[in-house]
Amino acid sequence: MSERAVHRGPGLFSRMFGAVLPSRRRRSRTGTPVSAPIVPAQSIAGKSLMIVIAIMSFLACLTLGAVSLVRDASLGWQADIVREITIQVRPVDGVDTAAEAAKASAIAASMPGVAQARVLEDWENAKLLEPWLGSGLDMSDLPIPHLIVVELADPDAVDLIALAARLDKEVKGASLDDHRNWTDRLKTMANATVIIGVSILGLVFIATVLSVIFATRGAMASNRDIVSVLHYVGAEASFIAREFQRHFLFLGLKGGLLGASGAAILFAILSFFIGRSIATPEGDQVSALFGRFAIGPTGYLGALVIALLIGVMTAITSRLTVYRHLASIE
Amino acid sequence: MIRFENVGLRYGMGAEVLRDLSFQIAPKSFQFLTGPSGAGKSTLLRLLCLSLKPTRGLITVFDRDVVTLPKAELPALRRRVGVVFQDFRLLDHLTTFENVALPLRVLGREESSYRADVIELLKWVGLGDRVQALPPILSGGEKQRAAIARALIGQPEILLADEPTGNVDPPLAKRLLRLFVELNRLGTSVVIATHDIGLMNQFDARRLVLHEGRLSIYE
Repeated sequence: MSERAVHRGPGLFSRMFGAVLPSRRRRSRTGTPVSAPIVPAQSIAGKSLMIVIAIMSFLACLTLGAVSLVRDASLGWQADIVREITIQVRPVDGVDTAAEAAKASAIAASMPGVAQARVLEDWENAKLLEPWLGSGLDMSDLPIPHLIVVELADPDAVDLIALAARLDKEVKGASLDDHRNWTDRLKTMANATVIIGVSILGLVFIATVLSVIFATRGAMASNRDIVSVLHYVGAEASFIAREFQRHFLFLGLKGGLLGASGAAILFAILSFFIGRSIATPEGDQVSALFGRFAIGPTGYLGALVIALLIGVMTAITSRLTVYRHLASIE
Repeated sequence: MIRFENVGLRYGMGAEVLRDLSFQIAPKSFQFLTGPSGAGKSTLLRLLCLSLKPTRGLITVFDRDVVTLPKAELPALRRRVGVVFQDFRLLDHLTTFENVALPLRVLGREESSYRADVIELLKWVGLGDRVQALPPILSGGEKQRAAIARALIGQPEILLADEPTGNVDPPLAKRLLRLFVELNRLGTSVVIATHDIGLMNQFDARRLVLHEGRLSIYE
């Protein structure tokens, strides 16, 4: 039996991508054997490169998932906070704080873009202070500021500067807190997280490109005789590059999809367990921070895009490396 | 077809290995390139097959100056030159058929368009029954004939053969020489690099003799 006859059948990926990756050992539609690849797959250190690419793809997908989770949570926090502002009316000697608070509430309610303004009741204030002062306290003895919660119908339509100016002028002891400090901090934090995430993604891509360059150079070196023969028989550089590139595209896609699948499975498992612990204190903490911990369809789509991107990047890198190598030996 | 004028070649900063070579290879001509080991035969063959560029002098191949030739045009020119290497340089993972078909495959041609031609050529060189064999199981003579077939399949205008009979017994060497002569009769220029005097004595042809980097021509 010849060496060819004992060839194993194509694997899952070969069957999936056989149509777009010609020249791997297979039969044509008419059943006649198609020529073997000029650069044999086993001459390329494929397995180790594929594992490296799979790990890179996994890390890239995790980073993308973490960045999108923080970004979505941050946008959620900002949206909640931006729709609400607080007016504080501090007690001033000789002034009826309750009347001032009512006046401030009326002023706020009269501003365009405000849905409603409501002075917090004493029991609500007491409840807010309960963690620090304990329960059953007579609030009337304490100089507690009155709080007015102003809900905004359209945050963009509210002129906060004009509202602050009117409160400053017409209400004694009033101050406006639009939570801008909080939102600014949140924005800074979220932006920093996104920048860090994008930087990590960039590093992962650079590491992948470097791995592919080394692997391609290794493949070129171990297939020096093949490259030399192709040269002598008049093969164009593009033909030689294509022979190497198709192996690396296959490896890149395989590694990329493996890594992305691993990340997607991890996301699904985390979502499942966090979904089950929603009623527990730990679950509440997580959902308070990150909202509903779930990577939506866009997250899974992002993982798929990363896998494909890594595959294409691998192919392009190997092609350019082959061109540079050929130019240097010409 | 190929013209050398005062060609010199040195590797790096070393001494010149080829000096003041001036000769022509005419269409449909047959010549032996000979000389002692280390005289520069292989280097001259590398110049002829566009694998090296001279450090001085002028080489024109098919009326193109090889020094000023853009890199992108080299492959097309190389396809007009068939080369048979002393060590065959067959790709061990490809069958005899696939090795011989390689020059056509690199042109992007479909196997169905050249299959019959390759089989016919393999029969012509006596390898009709070794079509699917891999090179490691071929004998030295079979490998040599497969390498010759690969050099011929693209119908080159000139064939360069480096010690084509170096690894075969005298009867086979005689058969291979007949093959080259037949090819020359069909219109291909042939240059055979050899130091086998016996082989050269079997066929009356022009001799290019290299000695210490200089060339003497015996018409």
